[in-house]
Amino acid sequence: MSGGRLLSLYINNRSGGLIYQRNLSPAAAKLRDNDQLTVASMLSSLALILQELAPTSGSRPMSSLEANGFVLCSYDVPTGLKLVMLAEPGTQGLELLLKAIHALYADYALKNPFYELDMPIKCDKFDERLTRLLHDFTR
Amino acid sequence: MAAQRPPYQRLGDVAFSKVEKVNAELFTLTYGAVVVQLLKDSEDVEQTSIQLEKMGYNIGVRIIDEFLAKANAGTCTDFKETGEVIAKVAFRMFLGVTVDCRHVVEPNAPADAMPAFHLIIVDNPLVDFVELPEHCSTLAYCNLLCGVVRGALEMVGMRVETKLLKDTLWGDEHTEISVSLKELVHEQYRDDDE
Repeated sequence: MSGGRLLSLYINNRSGGLIYQRNLSPAAAKLRDNDQLTVASMLSSLALILQELAPTSGSRPMSSLEANGFVLCSYDVPTGLKLVMLAEPGTQGLELLLKAIHALYADYALKNPFYELDMPIKCDKFDERLTRLLHDFTR
Repeated sequence: MAAQRPPYQRLGDVAFSKVEKVNAELFTLTYGAVVVQLLKDSEDVEQTSIQLEKMGYNIGVRIIDEFLAKANAGTCTDFKETGEVIAKVAFRMFLGVTVDCRHVVEPNAPADAMPAFHLIIVDNPLVDFVELPEHCSTLAYCNLLCGVVRGALEMVGMRVETKLLKDTLWGDEHTEISVSLKELVHEQYRDDDE
């Protein structure tokens, strides 16, 4: 166990659309599907606008956000994919976890011939491996 | 240089050791079967070359994520470095071969000319056991590789043009692909009023 509990996982495509969401704890905020979509796309836009605040050009997008109730860790792939993990404050190793989830996406979503790029991820193998990964992380 | 291997080469070796392998002959023969089927379906050599490039593009837009997730290549600072990474890390990781990257500078090019490089594949696994029959002598058999490079770079904001310049199947010494940058696409925040 690395600090706190994981709350929820969001994956956005390169145009800021939500393609995967999973709540990982009963404590996670319960949002309706539409609200999840809104929050996810706001997050993408916010990260993009925040880059304007950087003193130098070429800054990476927002990578983390902390509040007293939760931490948000965001991992951006140069292809535009955005992986966001919400967790309880003090949870360690979130970025490494998101990198591992990205590898699962590459292996089990993108290599599935029925998966279309930028569309919601509905791949059983991906779900299965993700469950295993998250289980190992929280153990 | 002699004692120490260049870092990208080492990165490529590490990436190659981590990925799943498939028998090289199975791969070569499967690719050959695909090309033959395309030739039968389209009955046109030119069309087959185009189709192979398109197939490569569709592979490229997906394969890039696996590369980014597993190769740990970091961010490239310029297009020259991109060429090195493709040659030494990406080709090693996915095809098991190392490729040479030669940067081309046009003698009379203006200072702001778009950069380009050539990928030189000496040990091309795709062309093992392959001979082009006379009626297909112009077929760009390895055009798939051009498409992969184009698709992958497009996903990370680089629009490039790729072309198969030389091929061992055309009687050349090696396979050579030219990659020239056309446009850098940056996503940034823009005000609607602008």
